[in-house]
Amino acid sequence: MPILSLITYAPLLGVAGILALRLFGKADDPRTVRASKWIALVTTLATLALSVLLVVQFDPHEAGFQFVEQAPWFAGLNYRMGVDGISVLFVLLTAFLMPLCIAASWKTIEKRVLEYMIAFLILETLVIGVFCALDLIEFYIFFEFGLVPMFLIIGIWGGERRVYAAFKFFLYTLLGSVLMLAAILFMIGTAHTSSIPELMVYRFDPKAQTWLWLAFFASFAVKMPMWPVHTWLPDAHVEAPTAGSVILAGILLKLGGYGFMRFSLPMFPQASHQFTPLIFALSVIAVVYTSLVAFRQVDIKKLIAYSSVAHMGFVTMGIFSGTAVGEQGALFQMLSHGVISGALFLCVGVVYDRMHTREIAFYGGLVNRMPWYAAVFMLFTMGNVGLPGTSGFVGEILTMTGAYGVSTWTAIIAATGVILSAVYALTLYRRVIFGTITNSKLMGIDDLELREVAIFAPLIAATLVLGVQPGTVFNLTQASVDHLVSAYQAAIGG
Amino acid sequence: MTFSADIGLAYPELILAVGALVLLVVGAFAPKAARPVGWGSVLVLAAAALAAATGPLGRGFAGGMISDAASAFTQVAIFAASAVAIPLGQRWFERRGVHNFEFPILILLAALGMGMMAAAGDLISLYVGVELQSLALYVLAAMHRDNAKASEAGLKYFVLGALSSGLLLYGASLVYGFAGSTVFTEIAATVKSGAHTGELFGLVFLMCGLAFKVSAAPFHMWTPDVYEGAPTPVVAFFAAAPKLAAMVLFARLLAEAFGGAVAQWQQVLVALGLISVAVGAFAGLAQTNLKRLWAYSSIANVGYAIIGLAAGNAEGIQSMLTFMVLYMVDVTGFFACLAALSRQGKSMETIEDMAGLFREQPGIALAMTAFSLSALGLPPFSGFWAKVFVFKAALGAGLPLPAVLGLVGSVVAAFYYLRLIKVMWFDTAVSATDKPPLEARVIAVSLAFFSFPVVLGALIWIYPAAGRAAHAFGLA
Repeated sequence: MPILSLITYAPLLGVAGILALRLFGKADDPRTVRASKWIALVTTLATLALSVLLVVQFDPHEAGFQFVEQAPWFAGLNYRMGVDGISVLFVLLTAFLMPLCIAASWKTIEKRVLEYMIAFLILETLVIGVFCALDLIEFYIFFEFGLVPMFLIIGIWGGERRVYAAFKFFLYTLLGSVLMLAAILFMIGTAHTSSIPELMVYRFDPKAQTWLWLAFFASFAVKMPMWPVHTWLPDAHVEAPTAGSVILAGILLKLGGYGFMRFSLPMFPQASHQFTPLIFALSVIAVVYTSLVAFRQVDIKKLIAYSSVAHMGFVTMGIFSGTAVGEQGALFQMLSHGVISGALFLCVGVVYDRMHTREIAFYGGLVNRMPWYAAVFMLFTMGNVGLPGTSGFVGEILTMTGAYGVSTWTAIIAATGVILSAVYALTLYRRVIFGTITNSKLMGIDDLELREVAIFAPLIAATLVLGVQPGTVFNLTQASVDHLVSAYQAAIGG
Repeated sequence: MTFSADIGLAYPELILAVGALVLLVVGAFAPKAARPVGWGSVLVLAAAALAAATGPLGRGFAGGMISDAASAFTQVAIFAASAVAIPLGQRWFERRGVHNFEFPILILLAALGMGMMAAAGDLISLYVGVELQSLALYVLAAMHRDNAKASEAGLKYFVLGALSSGLLLYGASLVYGFAGSTVFTEIAATVKSGAHTGELFGLVFLMCGLAFKVSAAPFHMWTPDVYEGAPTPVVAFFAAAPKLAAMVLFARLLAEAFGGAVAQWQQVLVALGLISVAVGAFAGLAQTNLKRLWAYSSIANVGYAIIGLAAGNAEGIQSMLTFMVLYMVDVTGFFACLAALSRQGKSMETIEDMAGLFREQPGIALAMTAFSLSALGLPPFSGFWAKVFVFKAALGAGLPLPAVLGLVGSVVAAFYYLRLIKVMWFDTAVSATDKPPLEARVIAVSLAFFSFPVVLGALIWIYPAAGRAAHAFGLA
């Protein structure tokens, strides 16, 4: 059974279903709208079930690609799918967050619901496709076309400056990607193959590696996003609807880190080694500087957006440490950040839906009216800070351990980021939740409703389970990460 | 070769010529038969395409006419594009009170000219083909006689077209003078032993003339004005097929006659290509009229095709042919969308007119989105594949800088395509649009379906066919 293609294209069945609805009903008929939401929810849940099945069947002792599907296409290109320990988790993460996004949009999206659901389902197909693709061109198609649904999600259902944010998001990312496309075409022309597994063992000459690495870096650094090309992210986050922010922070940012691990490190090891100091420098700047910037924000979403940039600094640091610990930590950090930042954006969404503002100063004393919300928000704030016992802790400590052996100073400076994250996150929490209610508009605010509890429950579970039982994840990733690291060390040693 | 064998090579052209003349007589004596004449023309084009695809291969008429994989590939594509233009244009004119049976006949004559361009083996047939095609197009551009803008467009097109023909002729006479022959293969023989400066001089003139025809910058000045003024379905026709014909002729001239002087023309092409990409990308940013916008977009896209040709090898020509065929679909489709749209009988031509189109006409808006994303070069649309092959060829031929600059140009151009998408999807409509006519809707939507997903299957056939065609030019 071609399970990967099945998972990838399953959301498109939902799209077909909604299109059929549209053909037989009117777009703004409440029954059609409700049906379209259910179709989207059921489809994403089915995709999740399939991904769980995938992870269960996945053989953790195998370092290479599994569930490989291959069919020849034209001009030497192939349709290839496959997952290894690195990508299988991202498939699961995507499938896990998508139903939550649909549920989070259940009431808040009022206009053009059918199109909204279609955009999310298409986005899911594309993102899962990115993680499963084993052919460069195929990868690029999934990677690049993901811009379009996200452009529409920000631009149609976003906030006031949505058009500006959507254009900035699209053009920034596109510029990075076309340079990567040039590199991809050069690689195909030189190595005479577009197969990712084959290219992972192909050795480009060091001079070419430098250029290719830079081209891929242009794309992934923007996606990640790394300082100083992160400026699109706060705009995109602030303007995007809640579910859009969740997808952006939870999944789309991970494409950058995934790209570094899948392409930069194994395909251009010499260049990666050569540029490690650059990456380390940018990573610690991201960790320290954006943490400070986050502290100064007046908009809750913007604060969380900047904190995402800081957390991604740990990821790049871990990846380019070139050690097994660092890679494991980076993978774990991405996974954990996907859950926690997604949850934090959902937390913002909860109060935004009620009050329609994200200004920190507007709130205060919410614990008096919303005790359950305060508890949930507390847990995710702690996860964001990296409290031991939550998933946030594991990733940070491992990436720093990995970097420590390579560059002590980098690890030490990055460690200050942990303190800084506590400063901005706890300040945010104090200002929004604690104290007495001074703003009279907040007197009538209601606590979490059942739907919201249902959304947060799996996220809470994931944060805690990952925090106390990180071994389950490492079991899955170990073989592939060891393989990646040993190949990398061999290449730069020899 | 015997005369009868020569005639065999010319079947597609003969079918078109005879068909056009017979239909002309029919139309002249049966004034009410405009529509049957239209369908008859489509049949003639189909027959000519069949003859091109299955006809004998070889060279005839003392080297003046070539029938090979390249001419067959090009002719089939051109005749198909012409056949699409006939129903699109004829109904459009009918609705505006112009009941012309001449429209399909002129398309047939233009197709005949383009067919000759694709099969030209010497400088004479090159010129005859170009002129035959151009004259028909001048008339088509001015077809909407009572419209001052259309007449202006036709006149402008004619004057600048005549200038470029002059350049072509001048270049041809120089080459003839120094090489002693007009036949490409014989010119090639003299170039092989080191091209004479006079020949190269003539070549540059020929290239300028052809650059006019494909509207490559800096010979692009006529394009925005003519696109804006000419009737939309006519633009749908002459923005597509004639460009392919001229690019094939370009390739034939450079590869067959001047294949020994690749280093000399490569730099000219790189310059032409990059200037076109830059002009198309940057000047397009300032446009508010969609027809002008797509004129600049076509300038940029021709720039990409020229970068592919500049690779100077068979892979480059293959990529250029693939590019042009895929681009033809986009541009025809986009102008078919424009031809389909109107508000209270008034054409919608500016970007603002498209506000809220997705709510009004979801089918057309989706098709236009597809064509815009495709022209932007976004995967998985046809325009992406077109660019992929071009840049791969350029990188393979050691032209990394043009490839990277070209790609960066596509990011600049992305802005105006996105703006169109933004207006269609994000904004709200001012007033209701009219119901789009059936034929334009069918053409637009089916071409959009070609752009994605059909292209993914079609390329399995198109790309190798373009490869066979490219190898016919004789470059390695």
